[in-house]
Amino acid sequence: MDRVRDLASTRAAVIFTKSSCCMCHSIKTLFYELGASPAIHELDRDASGREMEWALRGLGCNPSVPAVFIGGKYVGSAKDVLSLHLDGSLKQMLIDAKAIWF
Amino acid sequence: MPSFDPHLPISNAPGIEGSRIHAYRVSDFGPFEQSVAFRLEDAIDLSTSTVFNSAKASGQAVSFDPLHIATFDKSTTSFNINPPAAQVESQRLPLEKNQQLNLVSISSGNTENWGESNMADASPRTDISTDADTDDKNLGFDRGLSIVVAASDSSDRSKDKLDQKTLRRLAQNREAARKSRLRKKAYVQQLESSRLKLTQLEQELQRARQQGIFISSSGDQAHSMSGNGAMAFDVEYARWLEEQNRQINELRSAVNSHASDAELHIIIDGIMAHYDEIFRLKSNAAKADVFHLLSGMWKTPAERCFLWLGGFRSSELLKLLVNQLEPLTEQQLVGIGNLQQSSQQAEDALSQGMEALQQSLAETLSSGSLGSSSSSGNVANYMGQMAMAMGKLGTLEGFIRQADNLRQQTLQQMHRILTTRQSGRALLAIHDYFSRLRALSSLWLARPRE
Repeated sequence: MDRVRDLASTRAAVIFTKSSCCMCHSIKTLFYELGASPAIHELDRDASGREMEWALRGLGCNPSVPAVFIGGKYVGSAKDVLSLHLDGSLKQMLIDAKAIWF
Repeated sequence: MPSFDPHLPISNAPGIEGSRIHAYRVSDFGPFEQSVAFRLEDAIDLSTSTVFNSAKASGQAVSFDPLHIATFDKSTTSFNINPPAAQVESQRLPLEKNQQLNLVSISSGNTENWGESNMADASPRTDISTDADTDDKNLGFDRGLSIVVAASDSSDRSKDKLDQKTLRRLAQNREAARKSRLRKKAYVQQLESSRLKLTQLEQELQRARQQGIFISSSGDQAHSMSGNGAMAFDVEYARWLEEQNRQINELRSAVNSHASDAELHIIIDGIMAHYDEIFRLKSNAAKADVFHLLSGMWKTPAERCFLWLGGFRSSELLKLLVNQLEPLTEQQLVGIGNLQQSSQQAEDALSQGMEALQQSLAETLSSGSLGSSSSSGNVANYMGQMAMAMGKLGTLEGFIRQADNLRQQTLQQMHRILTTRQSGRALLAIHDYFSRLRALSSLWLARPRE
């Protein structure tokens, strides 16, 4: 969990993924489309990947990836991110966290 | 089954130890000669197929038994054969009346219902001894049925040859034949009534299907499971459409009769809840048969034209609605515009994810040793590939779910931005649009072709 928190606070937008996960690819695409440059951490390429996954599940993220953090705070998985995007909240969060400017 | 040369003695017939059957010496059969040459293969065929269906030409049925030979031409060896372990089938073959035959048949190795190893005489006159003199005359037996006649050309046969054992055995044969006939009759009757019942059931099933009752169509479990998912969803969707039509009609008459906002609000809430219902149904269907949803076969052809990830494209819908919803306030215009753009971006993101999935799947299936290296390595590779591919296919459900989520959220967000009356008009417009697509599909399907 610590490792997750540490990594999540290194950048305004952080996404935990797995290299094989195509839904992660979708969410990454969305962030790039919005102009954000999220930090991507692939759990299957990390030594403590399994613990991190377990920690993410503990946060309520199901499936565990993609897991999105904005401004160090846990935002949710794909479904949450897309919903927030539709009502405009996602963009605002990114602006507030200074991940994007407009 | 052995095939016999009819001219050779049989020395390896089952159930007979050490004895030889001179059953097929055609030369022994005098007037029979070639016309009654008994082809053993025929007998074997006969014994294993439902000959009794074809063997109905005359009213005379004869059941004969393999390896049983009553008497022989005096030039042949006479002996008694007890059919012990030999499993035999008694066959019924039609013979002309008044023919007296002692029949020999071959064991097929299996006894079915007819299974008693006995032989019956052909004619009502079941006592051989009385027929001895008429045998020669009665052998115009040439109906294409080849039956071995064992040594019945017995002008030489005399009562002396018949001993007690033979008589008793003949009686037993008759009795067994009679029982056999009765059993056959019972069996055939059973078959007939089952067939009738089957036809009735099929008709019922047909009728029920037409009424839209969902009935599982196959006994194969795996197959019917996927069939269940698709068919069940189609039925549920049809019902859902009916209900939606009803609700929309209610809304339309409420709008046209200038009902109050409160009234409209209630109806609209019902319609929104009904939309939630279809997304719930689709979610279940995605678990059961994601490919059915993806195929769009549950939609009409024209709707399928616009299919995106198993449903409609929210962004397109909003584009269509904006014109019909005027007048909109500035804030509303911005809101709808943003919603349209957001849903477009979300749709693009999901599309890209799907493309990545396709690519990944293609790579998985085409990688590895295509023909090279050892065969065991190939098998392991293949299985590994398949396992990976299976995993990737499993993620399809997630994509459909997110796509439906997008549709649901877009509708709800639109409802929030608009006033009650505007929402009402929007829902009517959406319904009309899809209705026309469905009508177009019907017209298309019914179009005259050259």
